Amino acid sequence: MSGHISPKTTYYAIFGSLMVLTATTVTAAFINLGSLNFPVALGIAILKATLVILFFMHLKYSSRLTKLICGTAFFFLVILFGLTLSDYLSRGWAAAPGGTAGAGTQVTVGPPAETAEEPAGEPQAAPEP
Amino acid sequence: MTTTVLRRVNYLNVKYGVASWLLTKDHKRIGILYLIVVAIAFLLGGIFAAAVRIELTTPQGDFVSADTYNALFTMHGVAMVFFVLIPAVPAILGNFAMPLMIGAKDVAFPKINLLSWYVFVIGFVFTLAAMVLGGVDTGWTFYTPYSSVYSSSHVLLTGIGVFIAGFSSILTGLNFAVTIHRMRAPGMTWFRLPLFVWALYATALVQILGTPVIAITILMLAVERGLGFGIFDPRLGGDPVLFQHLFWFYSHPAVYIMILPPMGVISEVIACFSRKSVFGYSFVAFSSLAIAVFGFLVWAHHLFVAGISPYSAMIFSFLSFAVAIPSAVKTFNWTATLYRGAIWWRAPILWVFGFLGLFLIGGLTGLFLASLGLDVHLHDTYFVVAHFHYIMVGGAIMGFFAGLHYWWPKMTGKMFSNSMATLAALLVFVGFNLTFFPQFILGYLGMPRRYHVYSPEFQVLNVLSSAGASILGVGYTLVACYLLHSLWKGEAAGANPWRATGLEWKTESPPIPENFAETPIVNEGAYEYSKREVKVA
Repeated sequence: MSGHISPKTTYYAIFGSLMVLTATTVTAAFINLGSLNFPVALGIAILKATLVILFFMHLKYSSRLTKLICGTAFFFLVILFGLTLSDYLSRGWAAAPGGTAGAGTQVTVGPPAETAEEPAGEPQAAPEP
Repeated sequence: MTTTVLRRVNYLNVKYGVASWLLTKDHKRIGILYLIVVAIAFLLGGIFAAAVRIELTTPQGDFVSADTYNALFTMHGVAMVFFVLIPAVPAILGNFAMPLMIGAKDVAFPKINLLSWYVFVIGFVFTLAAMVLGGVDTGWTFYTPYSSVYSSSHVLLTGIGVFIAGFSSILTGLNFAVTIHRMRAPGMTWFRLPLFVWALYATALVQILGTPVIAITILMLAVERGLGFGIFDPRLGGDPVLFQHLFWFYSHPAVYIMILPPMGVISEVIACFSRKSVFGYSFVAFSSLAIAVFGFLVWAHHLFVAGISPYSAMIFSFLSFAVAIPSAVKTFNWTATLYRGAIWWRAPILWVFGFLGLFLIGGLTGLFLASLGLDVHLHDTYFVVAHFHYIMVGGAIMGFFAGLHYWWPKMTGKMFSNSMATLAALLVFVGFNLTFFPQFILGYLGMPRRYHVYSPEFQVLNVLSSAGASILGVGYTLVACYLLHSLWKGEAAGANPWRATGLEWKTESPPIPENFAETPIVNEGAYEYSKREVKVA
């Protein structure tokens, strides 16, 4: 494996940064940033993961092949998120009913809104027979 | 004067005893260990399938109850997909042959290789325990919220089994990728690699990149089922379609984990038994990589009627059509390899011919299902069942048997009966088509899958299908019989019974523990048949 030995100070510095970022996450959780809540928490988490990968996992000092493989993993993560979101984000576009669009237009993420006239009956079974 | 008879040391007789097998780090022995466990899983899966086919001979539910039927087809799927199809070619044939084919002494991480087998066995034991305790009834797809909330069967235990077995697949993929990068013999450049090795490399990428996603998905399912966290259940604020996205993000590429390595086997056997170099070597090699990459972009074609956005569905439909291109490249190139070849009619090539015909039907019917409109009609009918069995059994299992027959003399040092093997290949081909072709018609006529009761007008086709399944069963049993028989009574195979090119045939049969007495040096491509004597025995 790679023979690079980082000075201890680097590890302490990264450890310190991770602690500061953890504190930031906790602090941010107590402040309501509205629609920014989620992006901020995720942003800090990504920053922390990047530090761990680059320094603790030595990616910064690794061969280009190792970097390429690491990049590939993230590329596939982008495919997973991107193509899944291509479904979620475009569901509302279809106004016309019919075809496969019919079911897809009604998307509720989160608990269904309580309505007075519809008592909670037997939940529908999975579509899979 | 005394004569001493030197016992030829090979990987099978170098040490004896159970411990020598259970603690082995030899890739060849680990391949055999996998063969044993996979054979048990195949037998179990086959028994479940037999019970399903017996039930379906009559339109009434008279053999088993609805719940038992649900458990039977689920356990058939779980056993066959996770414990037969995924490990069959990479973990058995890949483990045995790949290091030999690249001129290496072993895989890059022999201990991790053994660990992967143990992990696989532990996963299998968990799943087996679930089966013994009454099974699981969700379908092998574990769709939520049925699996996470409502099913009272052993979803968690089975899920844990599949979760654990997944790590075995990741470890094998990792081991193979590193081995192919770092352990090739001098002169074995990337474009001299046998196409089976290219296929295993492409498969390793899918195993490494895809399997963690199924692991985390099953974990989320367990968290919802065990702890009541809302991830997939709409009542708890979850989204059931999200499960389908995550499940198929792995499970569609998993189809390529099943089919890519057999495709590699086909390239090897076709070249050997038509005594020709594979037509368009680099196209076949790169089509494996293309299938591995495109395979990750098509998963939502399983969700066309699950309520996904029609715009997203259009993209996935287009991409699903696109993945047919590299598969077609392979099929055309294999056909072109056969063209004007000196075809040698021995058992392995018969399994390959079976593969070509069945994979073609399986692949083309996949295009029916990738069409947005037609899929609304065909979704969840027997058409889908027939389609994926043509790919997985007609493709992957036929390819596995082609490879098993091809490398059996190398693995055991013994020849099997060619006439028996020919008969078995024919029985399996006929039995398979009789089992599954009627299911295309049943599905097209509207018979839904996963019900144990059906309309009486479907009975004739169902009886045909069940009759075919029994022929198929006889065919597979015959294979087991003559292969086991060959261990005791088979003729000695010699180093290269098929007169094949490739490094694995340059060492003895069975190979010596360290594979080669001297590290081989490679100075030609993988399929230089034209330079050799064409006429064979």
